[in-house]
Amino acid sequence: MNTTLSPSPNGAPFRYSPEALAEVLALTKKYPEGRGKSAIIRALHIAQEENHGWLNIAAMDHVAEVLGITPIEVYEVATFYSMYNLEPVGKYVLEFCHTGPCAIEGAERLIAYTQQKLGIRTGQTTPDGLFTLKEVECLGACGYAPMMQVGEFYHEHLNEEKMDQFIEDCKAGKVNKGTWKMH
Amino acid sequence: MSRKLLLEHAHIPGIHSYEVYRKHGGYRSVEKALKTMSPEAVLEEVKKSGLRGRGGAGFPTGMKWSFLAKPEGVPRYLLCNADESEPGTFKDRFLMEKIPHLLIEGMISSSFALGANTAYIYIRGEYSWIVFILEKAIAEAYAAGWLGKNILGSGFDLDLYVNPGAGAYICGEETALIESLEGKRGNPRIKPPFPAVKGLWQCPTVVNNVETLAAVVPIVNDGGDEYAKIGIGKSTGTKLMSAGGNINKPGVYEIEMGLSMEEFIYSDAWCGGIKRGKRLKACVPGGSSVPILPHYLVTKTAAGEDRLMTYESLADGGFATGSMLGSGGFIVYDEDQCIVRNTWNFTRFYHHESCGQCSPCREGTGWMEKVLWRLENGQGKMSDIDLLVDVAKKIEGNTICPLGDAAAWPVASAIRHFREEFEWHVTEREACMQGNYGLVREKMAV
Repeated sequence: MNTTLSPSPNGAPFRYSPEALAEVLALTKKYPEGRGKSAIIRALHIAQEENHGWLNIAAMDHVAEVLGITPIEVYEVATFYSMYNLEPVGKYVLEFCHTGPCAIEGAERLIAYTQQKLGIRTGQTTPDGLFTLKEVECLGACGYAPMMQVGEFYHEHLNEEKMDQFIEDCKAGKVNKGTWKMH
Repeated sequence: MSRKLLLEHAHIPGIHSYEVYRKHGGYRSVEKALKTMSPEAVLEEVKKSGLRGRGGAGFPTGMKWSFLAKPEGVPRYLLCNADESEPGTFKDRFLMEKIPHLLIEGMISSSFALGANTAYIYIRGEYSWIVFILEKAIAEAYAAGWLGKNILGSGFDLDLYVNPGAGAYICGEETALIESLEGKRGNPRIKPPFPAVKGLWQCPTVVNNVETLAAVVPIVNDGGDEYAKIGIGKSTGTKLMSAGGNINKPGVYEIEMGLSMEEFIYSDAWCGGIKRGKRLKACVPGGSSVPILPHYLVTKTAAGEDRLMTYESLADGGFATGSMLGSGGFIVYDEDQCIVRNTWNFTRFYHHESCGQCSPCREGTGWMEKVLWRLENGQGKMSDIDLLVDVAKKIEGNTICPLGDAAAWPVASAIRHFREEFEWHVTEREACMQGNYGLVREKMAV
């Protein structure tokens, strides 16, 4: 569980893009009158994507304003769920599953290999800002281990050769992370 | 050949689209329910089917539905629990990815039976691409008149929405799911009141697993009695199993309840045996929470009978020598795997996923993780083993929700069946850093 909130760098403000704002307001209509707060989880996902992959206080405060709730209600949610990054991250966040079924099919070795290859530990970002390495709990891909999530997609049945290729593809800008606009 | 009720059409190209799904008999159950049946009659079929909750608890679905309070003028809600996060479990994902309309179809008939006019699918946030698959399918269902106002001229209205989570195992617990859907932290509620009386926004609510709701489709189509013909005793129908770990053919399988464990693990029709020609060491048959079974209790019960894939047979022998069918998250361990390491791994999971409300779970999972880590790394004491048993006992039954039990059982069962291996981690520190108990003991014997 994350617990520390960070201000935005240089006090830069955050606003949704016009289309993201329209999307968030449309999301609130999926719930009964006065229950628009329920849209918060997706509203935060969208804010995170538009804020370079992480949530700072400025972004959270803007979400609170849009949803008409208090900032503390947003902080409470943002600090509870593991998909929200409360610190800056790289362009590609590699989230490896390290739980049981993946672990016994080679996840630990693959994570160690990737750490060595990128020269960073889990939780760190490469100096060029391209990669952040995370370890996460079971992603529901146990039969296709080892695996990682990058953006909206899973990458399964991984091995060292596939990781090499993936990292090259990221550097060449050829990896699709998906976006909230996928629909 | 085993009958398939849910995945029969899953491999047909384009089955995720409305057109192909409809061509293969899709939405027949909605036509039947809304045009020819009363809500009570649908509930009656579900009761007769003997269907039990497929998320893990195995509670009879018809009974759960019959608890739903129906006060005048208060909306009721049906929530689909698609927060699949139990380690080892990936069956709901398969169903939603391949054949999303099956879930939607099941939810329409179920909502009709319950008198719910709004339903939500709460799906774990990591399955983000499936959110889009579901939303596309829902849009198709609206366009074809299966959702919205006055469906098939029956006067029944239903709106269906998808609500993603953002990474929290605990949101698979139904009251935590409701809290999360209300836009809050996923902290389980104290029960009673149960969701059937006060659930989403304090209104009567039913929460069912993806597979459970999908199973309503064949139950309405063919009748509850027909469904109940499959299986043994109180384990009726088919079950989706997601098989992983050290097996030749990991994947999602639909089995008829009552298949033998022997056949499921070793037959080429299913898991195809243990990878790399290794031997079976242990099996966790129903997701990480259920007790682990050592190899000699996997295919046979302690009484020497064949172990079958039913709620009853897997639980045969109680916690002493049995386990549970759980969510169907089937994890197989070969002889190379270290039980202490695996137990530590699972405990780290529960520690990470504890919501932190109840101190036995919040603190206890952390303590167990620490103690297991030092045992695994050759720094444990003999007394640590009983300490773990003690902590597990003090978590179990002392928390608001079942996460505490789920964290305690894997530890208690691993020590019950593999105590020697835990002791060996203390007595043979060097060897335990290099291999696992089974392997080293074998080398010594040679």
